[in-house]
Amino acid sequence: MTWALGTGAAAALGGCQESRAPRESKDSKVTLTFWNGFTGGDGAYIKKLVEQFNQATPGIQVKMNIYLWADFFQKVPGAVISGQAPDVCVMHLDGIPTNAARGIIMPMDDLAQALGLKASDYTSQEVWQGGLYKGRRYGIPFDMHPLGMYYNKGVLRRAGLDPEKPPRTGDEYMAALEQLKGKGIQGHWMAPFLFTGTFQFESLLWQFGGELFDPGVTRATFDSDAGVRALTWLVDLVKKGYSPPNVGQDADFIAFQNGQNAFNWNGIWQLNALDEVPGLEWGAAPIPRIGPQEAVWGNSHQFVLMRQRSPDPRKLEAARTFIQWMSQRSVEWLESGKIPVLQRVAESPEFKSLEMQGQFARQAPYIRFPPAVAGISDALALVDKAVNQAVLGKASPADALKAAAAQATQVVRDNHEKYGD
Amino acid sequence: MDTPTPIRRAGRATPYLFLAPYLVLFGVFVVLPALYGLWISLHDWDFLLPRKPWVGLRNYQNLFSPESRDFGDFWQSMKATGLFTLFSVPFLVALPLLVALLLNREFPGRTFFRAIFFAPYVLGVAVVGVLWRFLLDPNIGLINNMLSASLPWTTDLPWAWVSLVGMTVWWTLGFNAIIFLAGLQDISRELYDAAKVDGANRWQQFLHVTLPGLKPVLLLVLTMTILSSANMFGQSYLVTRGAPANETRTAIMFIADTGLRTFRMGNAAAMSYVLALALLVVSAFNFRFLRQEDT
Repeated sequence: MTWALGTGAAAALGGCQESRAPRESKDSKVTLTFWNGFTGGDGAYIKKLVEQFNQATPGIQVKMNIYLWADFFQKVPGAVISGQAPDVCVMHLDGIPTNAARGIIMPMDDLAQALGLKASDYTSQEVWQGGLYKGRRYGIPFDMHPLGMYYNKGVLRRAGLDPEKPPRTGDEYMAALEQLKGKGIQGHWMAPFLFTGTFQFESLLWQFGGELFDPGVTRATFDSDAGVRALTWLVDLVKKGYSPPNVGQDADFIAFQNGQNAFNWNGIWQLNALDEVPGLEWGAAPIPRIGPQEAVWGNSHQFVLMRQRSPDPRKLEAARTFIQWMSQRSVEWLESGKIPVLQRVAESPEFKSLEMQGQFARQAPYIRFPPAVAGISDALALVDKAVNQAVLGKASPADALKAAAAQATQVVRDNHEKYGD
Repeated sequence: MDTPTPIRRAGRATPYLFLAPYLVLFGVFVVLPALYGLWISLHDWDFLLPRKPWVGLRNYQNLFSPESRDFGDFWQSMKATGLFTLFSVPFLVALPLLVALLLNREFPGRTFFRAIFFAPYVLGVAVVGVLWRFLLDPNIGLINNMLSASLPWTTDLPWAWVSLVGMTVWWTLGFNAIIFLAGLQDISRELYDAAKVDGANRWQQFLHVTLPGLKPVLLLVLTMTILSSANMFGQSYLVTRGAPANETRTAIMFIADTGLRTFRMGNAAAMSYVLALALLVVSAFNFRFLRQEDT
């Protein structure tokens, strides 16, 4: 069967799949609804995978709806309440605790057990742990998607830099930016928004040894010295003229495609967008090590089961088959611009042939994730605010971070009270 | 002599029967939700959590106590809403009136121009937002390119306000203009003829015939425009994303964030009531002000 290719360990799981398939094909068809937020280039890939699944399992037909992530997280609770919940969804690692606490998604320890999933199968313990809430498993990891550095080879060549050797350290990076500036090129456009200013700030905060929150997430700590150093470094890009001021939403990425800047720290999900630009010569590399230790922001998509008003055991069974099938088929999915969560996929020749993904995957050992506690996105919105204020020159990095952290501490305390954890 | 009684008895129910369909809709979709919202605003309400503790007026008190989590953000968003209304309403009333006066004259191609001015109004806010986001982008936008400038149209004040007001005027001007145009055509020609006979010039005709004739329409347009400006959401959400640092985040945007993103429906409901009350006061003042001038 074609769908069993490319996954070494699928053999181990294949047993239960094959014993299941004939039984289901005798039953009448089960229709599953599957919601996600893959509105970007990854939408085409998920469609292809779902089509393949539908062909491979005549007994189970999956109907997919794709929403913008922001809409998705608003629609799902309403759907659950009104008894119209989809059967399976994909959500981000940091969305899992909130939705588990609010009873939108269901624990599936038995599914993880039936699939024989264990921590040692995964490339990142944080991703595996991120699927847990209060000791129970709610999410089955599907992928990781970190930030990385894209570089424009044509622009580097124009400035007399080696297009095959992107900078690796803070010093090398500064030297490159200086040389670009000498040729009238602003090398690193600093975006003041979540995409990708906040991701850049968080990466550097971790590189300088800081943390967003204290270990129990009772207090925001991103206004620490590490935080101030991280944000100051980013704001200095503007002050020293390596970035224009007032960069608009997505303007950094568009300017990169137009050859106006040399480096763009952006998500791995942009890979295919760059491939589609005719004549653009580009490369990808880990983000440089600016602080004393390596770290980079990332997130993970995970499969979740939605709470149903009247759970249908046949649908649950079908959903398990679907999640199992999809999460084993990582390589096809990774082509859309993701890196693997399963150890054996990361080591497979199929993944190793994906050159750009491989560059991002070099960061796997030190990818950091948003803290997985209920209601965390409310507090993270304040990091966005501080980055926005500082990068736009409205407040000093220290002041912006201090005010935002004080408010974020209030938010996480409210959340502890509200969700009781 | 004995016939009027049954007729009157039947007649008593008639107005209510006529009203019934509307009253049912009004009750079910306006009054009940409004009362339910009031009830929600007195709780710490997340519709999915089993515990929705009663907090009395705390959600309201929080909006007025500076040390609370929402105080700063809420009043900043109210200020943003107020500023936008203040900046946009004069343009949204004066310019459409001017356009309506011009379009009311006889000239070749009049219908074409009417269509041109009304056209943007049929676009959805998402289309308008995405369009202007690219036109106004500070670094790669067409407008800065044409001006050979690098004005921070979406990321700094006052430019962000200029952008938001400008695009809103471009987008909605046609609607008010059409209403003014209808109003202008309702003013009878004889009044102008009489004014001319009395020796009134163009400006005097406008002041003493057009403006008084337009008064009810003006009141309608003014009130509606204030209310819709106070409900501004999409433009900020799409074009500036509230930048710089939430300075252009409007009240509706913040309320939506609080209620739908952080699931604090109780707090969001309380904020909506404060906003609604503020708008009620403004509208009442409006009616009062324009009616007094009548006498």
